[in-house]
Amino acid sequence: MNPIYLDNNATTRVAPEVLDEMLPYLQDLYGNPSSMHTFGGQLYRKIEGAREKVANLLNAHPEEIIFTSCGTESDNTAIMSAIESLPRRKHVITTRVEHPAVLNFCRHLARKGYRVTFVPVNNLGQLDMDFLFKSVDDDTAVVSIMYANNETGVIFPIAEIAQKLKERGVLFHTDAVQAGGKLPLDLKELPVDMLSLSGHKLHAPKGIGVLYVRRGTRFSPYVIGGHQERGRRAGTENVASIIGLGKACELAAKFLHEEATALKVLCDRLESALLKCCPDARINGDIENRLPNTTNMSFEYIEGEAILLRLNEFGICASSGSACTSGSLEPSHVLRAMGIPYTAVHGSIRFSLSRYNTQQEIDKVIEVMPGVIRELREYSPFGREKIVCPPQ
Amino acid sequence: MWEYTDKVKETFLKPKNVGEIPDADAVGEVGSIICGDALKLFLKLDKESGKIIDAKFQTFGCASAIASSSALTELVKGKTLDEALKISNQDIANFLGGLPEQKMHCSVMGREALEAAIANYRGEKIPEKEEGKLVCKCFDVSEEKIRKVAVENHLTTVDEITNFTKAGGGCGECIPQIELILRDLWSLKPPEKPPKPKKLTNLHKIALIQEIIENEIRPGLQADNGDVELIDIEGSKVTIALRGMCTGCMMSDITIKGIQAKLREMVSEDIVVEAYQ
Repeated sequence: MNPIYLDNNATTRVAPEVLDEMLPYLQDLYGNPSSMHTFGGQLYRKIEGAREKVANLLNAHPEEIIFTSCGTESDNTAIMSAIESLPRRKHVITTRVEHPAVLNFCRHLARKGYRVTFVPVNNLGQLDMDFLFKSVDDDTAVVSIMYANNETGVIFPIAEIAQKLKERGVLFHTDAVQAGGKLPLDLKELPVDMLSLSGHKLHAPKGIGVLYVRRGTRFSPYVIGGHQERGRRAGTENVASIIGLGKACELAAKFLHEEATALKVLCDRLESALLKCCPDARINGDIENRLPNTTNMSFEYIEGEAILLRLNEFGICASSGSACTSGSLEPSHVLRAMGIPYTAVHGSIRFSLSRYNTQQEIDKVIEVMPGVIRELREYSPFGREKIVCPPQ
Repeated sequence: MWEYTDKVKETFLKPKNVGEIPDADAVGEVGSIICGDALKLFLKLDKESGKIIDAKFQTFGCASAIASSSALTELVKGKTLDEALKISNQDIANFLGGLPEQKMHCSVMGREALEAAIANYRGEKIPEKEEGKLVCKCFDVSEEKIRKVAVENHLTTVDEITNFTKAGGGCGECIPQIELILRDLWSLKPPEKPPKPKKLTNLHKIALIQEIIENEIRPGLQADNGDVELIDIEGSKVTIALRGMCTGCMMSDITIKGIQAKLREMVSEDIVVEAYQ
């Protein structure tokens, strides 16, 4: 059974075009780009070609692109670079709904004695902008705010934030791991200082990330060693993955607009059908400002892990913000920060689509889901007085 | 993904005895929708033999919670209440071919529902949880429950307590308290407790306090990124300063009381521990 893969905010399939492009560099062309001989040295130019393609997706200069090992490394590097460049400033601002790559790094800084402000969000997951700008002071070294949320898909007004922070002369980093390849990003227009991307979220393989650093931004490397990446990120280049990422960015740039439209149609279809046939369901997050591929829904009175494992029986892959799936006993920090009632947090399910999803797949989910919800509600001691899920 | 056994998966996909018994003789309800899992157990008894002739459940929770509930109903059928009370949470887990460590609390919930149902039938009042005895506020776990589950399952670490009761799995504030409960619990059992010297010279006392703080108290706090520093000892007054994560922790009073209790037990009854201002 081919899986119906609706968990693309977790990771994506490597595009076949990307894999084709990569294979020679995993087979015959195994050289080291730093070598003096042609066999290795020729790869340097290939890497620069990939760098151009990544820069093209972001409308940036190739020299502003640094290849890293993953989104987390990019995030850590950006924040660390900012505080190392401004050693007298001891304040960092981020949000309560960041990915752990930023959130836990900031908590780590708090333990080291930094003052960290976690900006709250409202019920729709929108950022408290007043709170954010009031938190900025002369001691602020860096502000790090995600472009779009991985759990709800809610997009933050990054252009407005970047502009205001630029006027106040504060360094700004955005974790655009979920936005890359899904939303148009134009860094000539968008005045962010640093931006993170992750390869495996846009149909490149795992283990490759990007940190964009605007020209003129003071930078301090995180991984120290050899001269690679112009001394900004040491370590022998992940040649095949860099070339794969270049191809993935080329594909994303080419299909971004038509894909966004198609994904939104599928996502809306799924959402409205499930809301219609499953009572006591709700959407979490601001649907006006949201990634075209993501929907986060809650089904009251039942628990997310149970829903996922039932869907798993039909080969449907999704994810949940429930406690049992979070790896800890606490449910999603994002949904809790939004003030979503616990009853709805435990029964939250995220569907995240990609260009490889079809309408047939979505219709299969629409067909299967009401039965799963109905059956689990039959087991549940809650919400019994109003179980009226219509028979299929 | 969790490593569920085939039996857990199978039981979750096709649970037995789901539903309610309208004229049940005993009903036990544990957990809450806030905590993420809840179980309502219904039992029907044969008046003459006193045996459980029917058992049904309603469960809100993950796959292992549903499977544990189903297992429980299968295990109790045909047993008298006294026999049923002998079923431990480990029996429920064993019936399912084992549960992942982090999911053991599901089997504990089954055992609790059984106790609640039998107490309900016998007209016993379930002791109300006293505010003061509540250890984990995130998941509503009392000291009594921690002690009971720890003894029944031979749990010696905070991680194990979290896996079996969820206590300490939320904000983590109560972890030092769980640590002290465990230390108290298990230090009573093995007779390795060093005999308390009758009369201590000042020099001995200082050395002993230093040794206890260094070897018995700091490792536990450091495990949670906290720490403590001995500042001064004047007669029976011991002044300490909490460090690391303990600084400003809302539970710091409890941590200090715990240290005092330890020093009173090991050194001298009249010791007073104060935080350095």
